[in-house]
Amino acid sequence: MPNMILAIAEQTDGQFRKVTYEALSEGKKIASANGFELVAVVLGSNVAESAEALAQYGADRIIVADSPGLADFSSAAYVEVLCGLVEKEAPELVLFGASVQGKELSACLAARCDAALATDCIAIAWENGAAKATRPMYGGKVLADVQLEGSARMVSLRPNAMAIVRSEGAGAIEKIEVSEVDPPVKLIEKNMETGKIDLTEADAVVSGGRGMGGADYAVIEQLAEVLGGAVGASRAAVDEGWRPHADQVGQTGKVVSPNLYVACGISGAIQHLAGMSSAKVIVAINKDPEAPIFMKSDYGVVGDLFELVPAITEEINKIKS
Amino acid sequence: MDIIVLLKQVPSTESMIEIDGDGVSIKPDGIKWVINPYDEFAVEEALRIREVHGGSVTIVSAGREKAAEAIRTALAMGADKGVLVADPALENCDGLGTATVLAKAVKELPHELIIAGQRAVDDDNFLVGAAVAEKLGMPLISMVFKEEVKDGKITCHKTVDGGSVVVEAALPVLFTTQRGLNEPRYASLPGIMKAKKKPLDTKSLADLGVNPAEVGDPKTKVVGLKTPPERTAGQMIEGESATEKAAALVRVLHEEAKVI
Repeated sequence: MPNMILAIAEQTDGQFRKVTYEALSEGKKIASANGFELVAVVLGSNVAESAEALAQYGADRIIVADSPGLADFSSAAYVEVLCGLVEKEAPELVLFGASVQGKELSACLAARCDAALATDCIAIAWENGAAKATRPMYGGKVLADVQLEGSARMVSLRPNAMAIVRSEGAGAIEKIEVSEVDPPVKLIEKNMETGKIDLTEADAVVSGGRGMGGADYAVIEQLAEVLGGAVGASRAAVDEGWRPHADQVGQTGKVVSPNLYVACGISGAIQHLAGMSSAKVIVAINKDPEAPIFMKSDYGVVGDLFELVPAITEEINKIKS
Repeated sequence: MDIIVLLKQVPSTESMIEIDGDGVSIKPDGIKWVINPYDEFAVEEALRIREVHGGSVTIVSAGREKAAEAIRTALAMGADKGVLVADPALENCDGLGTATVLAKAVKELPHELIIAGQRAVDDDNFLVGAAVAEKLGMPLISMVFKEEVKDGKITCHKTVDGGSVVVEAALPVLFTTQRGLNEPRYASLPGIMKAKKKPLDTKSLADLGVNPAEVGDPKTKVVGLKTPPERTAGQMIEGESATEKAAALVRVLHEEAKVI
């Protein structure tokens, strides 16, 4: 049996997260260079059909754990299945997306299997069996190279950090038996924001800060919409109650790495910069020409955001039409 | 109800982080050490639960002797006692090592509820709380922004990808905190005075029956730190009016940066 890499897929109603494709692509790269097998693992209920699509991202085999008890994520139930797989398949490397779910699952599984884990990584180097992952620490103020030892080394990948590369894999579906577990934590209610693009996976993020002056984010939302992106906020705006906590970008909120980050009315506190400086292109819009954010931005515009942002939205609409 | 809060002392988020000469640690100069912000939510929530249900709040930390300061701050906020596991062997241990030690320390204490931060803002690992739950065989509820304890059960509102869910579990449970859970109180002056007399036990690994070799040789090891590529000020977009500036900006984003 060749050495192998397990990539744990993450799906909702048969729709895979973008970071799942990123993890498979990165896994394929390492697998090809080292003659490893790439195996995708899908957990859920009625997921066998959608799982086949993962062959297009290089999966040689696709292991499907299909059971009503796995329909909603439960770390207890998922860890039970994955721990069995890790023991059976003895992978060199286990990859996860560093989503909220992926971070919880990887932490529980690493503890159960007593395996090395590097969370929220932006690069993996695999040389002659030695694994090194690069990950931000201190909210992105520092990048750490982390060496992983032992078997079944686990790495979760930061969304938007790896390229998605399509490649044809054999993708043989292999269903595994799942014993029903009675999870100790029961799901009572779900409140999902449907149709909203996840902040950490968005290609474009438009954030509003103290300069918004209130909870009316219409201009920000319109620009985000035309860019096909998501809305973020600074801590100041969240503390004021203008935006939900889930929208906060920064060291104590979410770290984002979009292609384009537009900071509107955000002065640029060190904690906020830590959360967005890995964006490819940063645009700052602020009425204060001395705002520190301009020192970290690729493009800066001084002026009233309530005039500038709608004008930018309109210009983009012109290009698109 | 006996509640345990897992706490870590970290550099404040305002701190500038510089890499030390050894290339794997940070320079200690000028760093303000504080309670990890997510653990501060945990302390506050524990105090609020105690206000309703009675019982005790015990702070447990593993790390350097210096972490006693952070425990004292939590005692000044109102926690009852503290346990610090300080041992030279902990210097190099990884998150799983820390979790092993914390789980051992917790086992010696009465507890129906354990509260931990979702992550520490220094290593951003999201690991220790979950790993302690796993090692104790206790149900885990992560990223909680609202909770209620009633009739031996806890109901939690927690953040998930793309929204939130409500879950329920019978105690004992370990839950981790999410921003929005509460607004932590400041330690009052009388609180600070009282904290000086509250019990704070310092333990070594030997006291807990942990073999230093078990945690001193981590599977996950930082072998190098580097500063991320420095971002510098770019181009300022000029124009007579908002419309002109907007047009100029969109042009460069489209033609130069190619992000639109």
